[in-house]
Amino acid sequence: MTKEQLKEMFSNSDWNADTILEADKIISRIAEEHLGLETYPNQFEIVSSEQMLDAYSLVGLPISYNHWKFGKDFVINKNKYKKGQMGLAYELVINSDPCISYNMEDNTTCLMLLVLAHAAYGHNHFFKNNYLFKQWTHADAIVDYMLFARDYVEKCEEKYGYEEVERILDACHMIQRYGVDKYTKPQRISAKKEKERLKQKLEDDRVLLNDLWRTVPNDDEGITLRRERFPSQPEENILYFIEKNSPNLKVWQRELIRIVRKTAQYFYPQGQSKVINEGCATFSHYEIINQMYEEGYLTDGFMMEFYHNHSNVIFQPGFDSKYYSGLNPYTLGFNIFMDLKRMSLEPTEEDKEWFPEIAGKGNWAETFRYIVENFKDETFVLQYLSPKVIRDMRLFEVSDEEERRVYEISAIHNKQGYKDVRKSLSETYNRATYIPDIQVYDVDVNGDRTLTLNYTSVDSKRINNDDVDVVLDNISLLWGFPVSLIEDEDPRQTLGISDSKLFI
Amino acid sequence: MGINIVDKRDNPKGKSSPNRQKLLKRIGHKIKKAMPDIIKKSNVKDLTSSKKGVKIPVKGINEPQFGYEGGSGDNKRVHPGNKEYTTGDKIKKPRGGEGERGQKGSNDPTVTEDDFTISISREEFLEYFFEDLELPDMVKKHLNSVVDFKQRRAGFTNAGSPNRLNVVKSYKNSMSRKMATSIFYDKKIKEIEDKLKDTTLTQDKIDELNKELKKLINMKTSVNFMEEIDLQYNNYEQYPVPVTSAVMFCIMDVSASMGEKEKDISKRFFMLLYMFLTKQYERIEIVFIRHHTQAKEVDEDEFFNSRESGGTIVLPALELMDKIITDKYSTDWNIYAAQASDGDVWDNADAISCGDLLRDKLLNKIQYMVYIEIARMRYSNLWEQYENVSGNVNNFKTGKIKDNTEIWDVFKDFFKKRVKE
Repeated sequence: MTKEQLKEMFSNSDWNADTILEADKIISRIAEEHLGLETYPNQFEIVSSEQMLDAYSLVGLPISYNHWKFGKDFVINKNKYKKGQMGLAYELVINSDPCISYNMEDNTTCLMLLVLAHAAYGHNHFFKNNYLFKQWTHADAIVDYMLFARDYVEKCEEKYGYEEVERILDACHMIQRYGVDKYTKPQRISAKKEKERLKQKLEDDRVLLNDLWRTVPNDDEGITLRRERFPSQPEENILYFIEKNSPNLKVWQRELIRIVRKTAQYFYPQGQSKVINEGCATFSHYEIINQMYEEGYLTDGFMMEFYHNHSNVIFQPGFDSKYYSGLNPYTLGFNIFMDLKRMSLEPTEEDKEWFPEIAGKGNWAETFRYIVENFKDETFVLQYLSPKVIRDMRLFEVSDEEERRVYEISAIHNKQGYKDVRKSLSETYNRATYIPDIQVYDVDVNGDRTLTLNYTSVDSKRINNDDVDVVLDNISLLWGFPVSLIEDEDPRQTLGISDSKLFI
Repeated sequence: MGINIVDKRDNPKGKSSPNRQKLLKRIGHKIKKAMPDIIKKSNVKDLTSSKKGVKIPVKGINEPQFGYEGGSGDNKRVHPGNKEYTTGDKIKKPRGGEGERGQKGSNDPTVTEDDFTISISREEFLEYFFEDLELPDMVKKHLNSVVDFKQRRAGFTNAGSPNRLNVVKSYKNSMSRKMATSIFYDKKIKEIEDKLKDTTLTQDKIDELNKELKKLINMKTSVNFMEEIDLQYNNYEQYPVPVTSAVMFCIMDVSASMGEKEKDISKRFFMLLYMFLTKQYERIEIVFIRHHTQAKEVDEDEFFNSRESGGTIVLPALELMDKIITDKYSTDWNIYAAQASDGDVWDNADAISCGDLLRDKLLNKIQYMVYIEIARMRYSNLWEQYENVSGNVNNFKTGKIKDNTEIWDVFKDFFKKRVKE
């Protein structure tokens, strides 16, 4: 097709498969030549709003085991959508190989091109190249694994009863956020290997005795030796610890724990890369569509619609607006990347001082790729939030100390404030800022086998008391013995203990 | 690399329906627990008429987890859109405020549960509502016998009345027929035209060929626009449907002794019965009969709202019901009746003749009848007589209700699933 024909095609707001195919040819070329993106093959799925809601409630997995939680999310989302409190995303993309993206059927041609560039190239590139994803997820295996998980859960329900399965899953979900390894590399998962491993495990369990419970240390000559803690180092992955060490769990119960924790692990990188991931995708679609326009594929009318949509995506209400609900990760990420490009091409004195390795170097695309590969939100903001972006967005820092009756403005967009704003914004993306650091601390091996969890306090924040007991009760269902939670390794600071009646 | 486009729109819906079923199962007891409240508080009429489904607020399906207590400890937050603040400015904390909250995504665990309302379809609602209940003697005499017909589309025929003509299909046929026929003539015409190109032909031969050509062209243009054979008609067929209609009689005492409260209780009970029946039958008619010393068939509004005073005689109401059944519902109807009264009757003779009428005549005609007594007195003549009757038959039940909260229990008792031996 000639350029004129394509231009005509893209300016028609109705699209069909040919429109997308033609657009993809151009977009994939620009993505590669202009930005140097490298992606998984794309699977571009057209869905209705109902199907989009489905996808929402599975947190963006194409398939998952069945659980009421997902039904509940569906209801909440649907209620919100119906009330008009929430628009549906134009697309939803899955970290898989091939990279699956869901795209709303009622998108116009302009939106389809936007989401194609945004999701199928921007996010896709991020998934394939970001270190967190490379290290923690296996895009080629996830769909197979979730299929395995669904079937396994279904079989368990048939065999052991739906209530039993739900009891375990409920308990696991309560501490799903503590089912994540942060430092060791998990093995690759594949459905086939999983099955083999299970078989082997059954056999092993038959043969092996659990070392932990077999021996009770001698209490020689009345001298009570200080017992070594178990585990000797605190374990951050509580689900993992229970799966491996809980004395009485059945094989299938352990497997359910494993499924929940593997799912958590899959989502671990996503939670820490919202800003940089969305920034990457938004920057990509902005660059690609503009390049298409430069090359003469798009009409002015198309661009008007594009800018309208684009500015919706990066809309950032101020803190005092009634629409304000925190920083928009799309805006923040996009602004940072745009500013990096500006610095690279048209640096100011300030840029040279703050970013000597970028300012004026002109290799913005390379810098962009380098950042996308090697950073997560926390480090991305800490390294690359520039004074200009802070000024443009008029970011300011508020100190909220519990003891004081006032909030204090502790930094604004001025010379003294840049570093503080940057540091504390970066800190808000640190996982420990929103998820309390709770780890397995000890097991009373000689006594009643109480599992002790330890909360390491940060900034004198307290654990929300309302849920502690319920969660502990549920952990103790998995553990099979009492579970307690202490603060800062101090046994006198017990925050909660599971209901003792559970084990009479 | 290429892109693989998949159109998922036609995939079956309800991918999340197993999850929904699980959710309903989980909150089922909460829904059931909310039932008495719903009956008590809400306008029951809305529940019965709403086609959209019923909204049920469900609390306590939050997903507990470890988290920080809001506002505890020292926090630093960054916000956009500073207008006038400079470093060191102080702002008073709002009382009881717990500070700002982050952006709530659809799957954010901090989405509050307070306003979690699940909409369940009318069918699902009734399912909960009447779980453990069943219609009395579901051997409905007419349910299996075919007595009604419905129409449905059944392809096309080539004969029918003009109003069922399917224009598009007929026109298509006509087009293809015309095309097919004219191709035949086109061929012939072309043959002759080819022959005419031959310069060696004699004039006679040319004339002859021209004549034939003319004839063929004539024939080609005279192919009919529509032939009988083109015409297609929509076809319908009749198929039998079981009768699913019922009539429900509501009989209420409106004598002076029945106050607003008593009427309200009766109303709720009738509505409940109505809902119960809508679950089983497609079409339900309701007949309202009110009575004091006389009985009268009235519309719903009058039935519940207008007041009259006077003494109470029950018999006329039952006689009127009998008459209406004979006049209008003598065949093919499932008949249900509910009577509400405070039990207060003029004299015992009335009560006795009511009992007799029921036992000897009425109960043979109807599927099921219930009597509720909005009990203020410990003893009533009517109750005694009705008790007698219900002891001997199994399609008549009696119950006493003191206030709203008991409605549900009494109702359940009436329609309790019988344990099958």
